[in-house]
Amino acid sequence: MTATLIHPLTSFVEKTFVITEFELRKLRHDFTELITRALQPALWLLIFGQVFARSGAMHTGNIPYLDFIAPGILAQSVLFVAIFYGINVIWERDLGIVQKFLASPTPRAALVLGKGFSAGIRTLSQGVIVYSLSLLLGVKLNWSPVALLNVLVIVILAATLFSTFSLVIACIVKTRERFMGVGQVLTMPLFFASNAIFPTDIMPGWLKVVSHLNPLTYVVDALRTCMLAGSPSSFGLGLDYAVILLATTALVFIGARLYPRLAT
Amino acid sequence: MRIFAEGDFSWGVHPIDCAYQKRHVGNMAEVVLEINNLTRRFGAFTAVDDLTLSVNAGEVFALLGSNGAGKTTTIKMLTTLLPPTSGEARVAGFSITTQAVGVRRAIGYVPQAVSVDGSLTGYENLLIFAKLYDLPHREQQSRIAEALQFMNLTADAKRLVGEYSGGMVRRLEIAQSTLHRPKVLFLDEPTVGLDPIARDAVWKHLIDMRANYGTTLFFTTHYLEEAESHCDRIAIMHLGKLDALGTCKELEASLGPGHTLNDVFVHYAGTVLDSGNNFRAVSAERATAERLG
Repeated sequence: MTATLIHPLTSFVEKTFVITEFELRKLRHDFTELITRALQPALWLLIFGQVFARSGAMHTGNIPYLDFIAPGILAQSVLFVAIFYGINVIWERDLGIVQKFLASPTPRAALVLGKGFSAGIRTLSQGVIVYSLSLLLGVKLNWSPVALLNVLVIVILAATLFSTFSLVIACIVKTRERFMGVGQVLTMPLFFASNAIFPTDIMPGWLKVVSHLNPLTYVVDALRTCMLAGSPSSFGLGLDYAVILLATTALVFIGARLYPRLAT
Repeated sequence: MRIFAEGDFSWGVHPIDCAYQKRHVGNMAEVVLEINNLTRRFGAFTAVDDLTLSVNAGEVFALLGSNGAGKTTTIKMLTTLLPPTSGEARVAGFSITTQAVGVRRAIGYVPQAVSVDGSLTGYENLLIFAKLYDLPHREQQSRIAEALQFMNLTADAKRLVGEYSGGMVRRLEIAQSTLHRPKVLFLDEPTVGLDPIARDAVWKHLIDMRANYGTTLFFTTHYLEEAESHCDRIAIMHLGKLDALGTCKELEASLGPGHTLNDVFVHYAGTVLDSGNNFRAVSAERATAERLG
């Protein structure tokens, strides 16, 4: 009985990591995207962050604005990298790779989750860039191993969440042109209706409600709690993790149901 | 629909027909693919209409038809990529509707579009699929080495697939789809976009594979000479329906003396000039030809 339960589970985990390996091997052959992606967080921190910090327009309590925005920019980088991940799936569909995966005995959820994890590992480079820039700008970072480990896990989970969301959209729209349009429409509202670059306290009531429904808000809160020295969580780290995990699980389930549509 | 049973016509001296006869005398009852009243509708359009046929183990079986005849939809249903609207099929004993995972373990599939990743090496493309098909860890390297050698790709195993020729890409795809030694290999227009030399090389490997491993080959093609040279039996579909089924000789003889497979195709598949796939399918077909060619 136990063996019959364990085998599908271990098989699912193994297949998930095989799909992750498939994606990461591509990165090993061409890692230029890691370098080009470094530009965006640098612009946000060095230009937007420094200008707004000098203006004093944002009231962020005891935390300096640059410290406040650094975890937000990391979350934003993760979102921007992950949200366009679905276009790879459409590309693979046009090639025939998706059909071949779907004709193999790999569980659909493993195909979706494996791709999500690979997006997570790809976005770790954004973490290195944001940490390096934060260090340069004098942000008070928390260097405890537990905090660093938490940041690592949150970044991977957040990228998994948003890349799976992206994959779900790709499964619905199926073409690159439609996907780019939808991706652009979704990215900015997700970013601005969150606590990434300003606190939710200064938002109007309706936007505050939207931001509380936005998973990015909980990603930013968790990152801010773990990344900065002496920054208490607004919602509690447990709730942050619960929302991120729940949203990811739901999206993986939906993605697994919709993924076969790509073969039709 | 005309179905020509073995023995309806004289077998003549066609080497493939003789080989087919010999194999099936000793292997009469082993049906590896059984399709019963398989139907697929997309809204009001019926892509595959009440298809019934069976394929024996070790057979090389071609599904012919003009564009939009329902060949690819049939393969997609048999490979569990598309659920049928009604009807049933059993592949290697597994139902496509209720035992999809069993079907997937028993088959290999080479889609019409390029299905290997150009940004990985040939070896890496095989390794990923060796793992996805649960090949035991200790056997993975030997199976990959054997597949590369069999497809004459050993020297290029560490090169990125993006640098391969069209024929090499197709051979790699076949190697990837047969690492787990499937009972049935489905190939959707396996030689589209290849020059005659590359096409011959692909077929040589497919026929060798059938001889070595007894793999049943079920494929679609527009190249009638391929069907004539390599197939045991041919089915012709038109507008979703099965119009004719038999050996090449049987089909030719059905129209009277002196007729070729081309005449048979025109007779059954019609001469409607505006038949064909939708825009996406045509684009994909041309893109595949461009990538491989």
